[in-house]
Amino acid sequence: MSKVERKYVVPGDVIAEGDFVPVSNAYSIGNKIYAMRVGLCELDGNKVKVIPLSGPYVPKPDDVVVGVVKDVSAFAWTVDINSFFPAFLPASGVYGRRFNAEKDDLRSKFDVGEIIIAVVAAFDRSKDPMLSVSGPRLGLAPPGIIIKIEPVKVPRLIGRRGSMSKMIEDASGCKLIIGQNGYIIVTGSPEGCALASDAIHMVEDFAHTSGLTEKIERFLAERLGLTGEPPAGPGQAHEPAAAPADAAGALGKDSDQLEEKRE
Amino acid sequence: MNLIDENGLRIDGRKLDDLRPVKIEVGVLKNADGSAYIEWGKNKIFAAVRGPKECHPKHIAMADRAVLKCRYHMTPFSVPDRKAPQPSRREIELSKVIREALTPALILEEYPRTAIEIYIEVLTSDGGSRAASITAAAAALADAGITMRDLVVSVAAGKAQDHLILDLCDEEDKEGQVDLPVAYMPNMDQVTLLQMDGFLTREEFEKAFNMAKEACKAVYKIQREAVISRYFGDSIPKNKEA
Repeated sequence: MSKVERKYVVPGDVIAEGDFVPVSNAYSIGNKIYAMRVGLCELDGNKVKVIPLSGPYVPKPDDVVVGVVKDVSAFAWTVDINSFFPAFLPASGVYGRRFNAEKDDLRSKFDVGEIIIAVVAAFDRSKDPMLSVSGPRLGLAPPGIIIKIEPVKVPRLIGRRGSMSKMIEDASGCKLIIGQNGYIIVTGSPEGCALASDAIHMVEDFAHTSGLTEKIERFLAERLGLTGEPPAGPGQAHEPAAAPADAAGALGKDSDQLEEKRE
Repeated sequence: MNLIDENGLRIDGRKLDDLRPVKIEVGVLKNADGSAYIEWGKNKIFAAVRGPKECHPKHIAMADRAVLKCRYHMTPFSVPDRKAPQPSRREIELSKVIREALTPALILEEYPRTAIEIYIEVLTSDGGSRAASITAAAAALADAGITMRDLVVSVAAGKAQDHLILDLCDEEDKEGQVDLPVAYMPNMDQVTLLQMDGFLTREEFEKAFNMAKEACKAVYKIQREAVISRYFGDSIPKNKEA
């Protein structure tokens, strides 16, 4: 693999000149490549891209997201997925072909205010994103706390092959369900949740720095050292069909590709 | 009023082609998606960006791009005499002018059917508040992570007592002969705003325009540095959730 160069850029910065191809968050005029977002630019061979450090969540098919049910109609749920479009979850996707708008009460499945884990089934420029909860580990979220981070920093929280989220899970004894949209559900003991929450915010703060894994490792070790014993394991008062650890694992796999592209 | 003394110094002690001190800070407002604070001479201005978000009312949404909305507002205490808080004719015009100066820099096609809102609050007003507002708003847009072709910087040139001057203060704006605000994308080398109030000969115009353009490049360095230090500064980046 060729050597990757990184530098800080703001919109309008000339990243490269010559025979280069802009891959993401960059554009070309003539033979010059310019940055479109604030972030870290990467030159990999003749490919140029900018890893953004801020910005909204843009839905992508197959992304696992955590959403809040905002509205229920006779045929669909409207879900806030922290994006500039409201997502919708059609009732037929939950009830299947037996769905009967007259008989089925959508509120009995998901009510307004409830948190769901879903996957983006379809999205393009002309339509609002459509969600699906048919699949293992999808559906109503287990009880826990919800943390919001900047969506662009989610790949860092997951880490290589899920290493970062695994480290936080191991240290806090909590389970993390990470939505690509920046909503994270933490389930476990109150102490563990507090530790995981602090660690997640630390990842968000230092997402652009190198040696992030070591920083978080040190932070977790210090916190555990201070409190003596590692916090207790995950709480027992929940666990519906969703198995959060596996859900995070599935996300990790997805983000792997992102992370590998970064490296 | 004597705007330029016998030594060629201006009312606030500057030389003809001096800028006032400019200070920009980015990411200052926790609840906005992007924000910037600028102090430019006596101007103190906040710019905040919300969006992209759902566009309301729906009928103004565009199928292929985002709608850019801009509100320039002066606080009642921003000028010596109380300013009525409702939008004045001048504020409505400046909102439009600022929006149009920023539009060429934004890649609005990335966010179809949405709206991006820019709010500009002038806390203390001096001359050149539109230039300062554009500069701050561009930094706030970059902070919000909105895709842009380039940052936009703006500086005014002008003429007072038959001398071409740069970066007019309030007295020079009111008592001077010409005000020539220029907004400019430095990397694209493109002008996004050019207004002129008064009369200049062709030669004077070229000279004043080039003065403004060069000053834009100087302010751009400060603006770029502010955006960079928001994300890559020594201090811990501000956590928006904290």
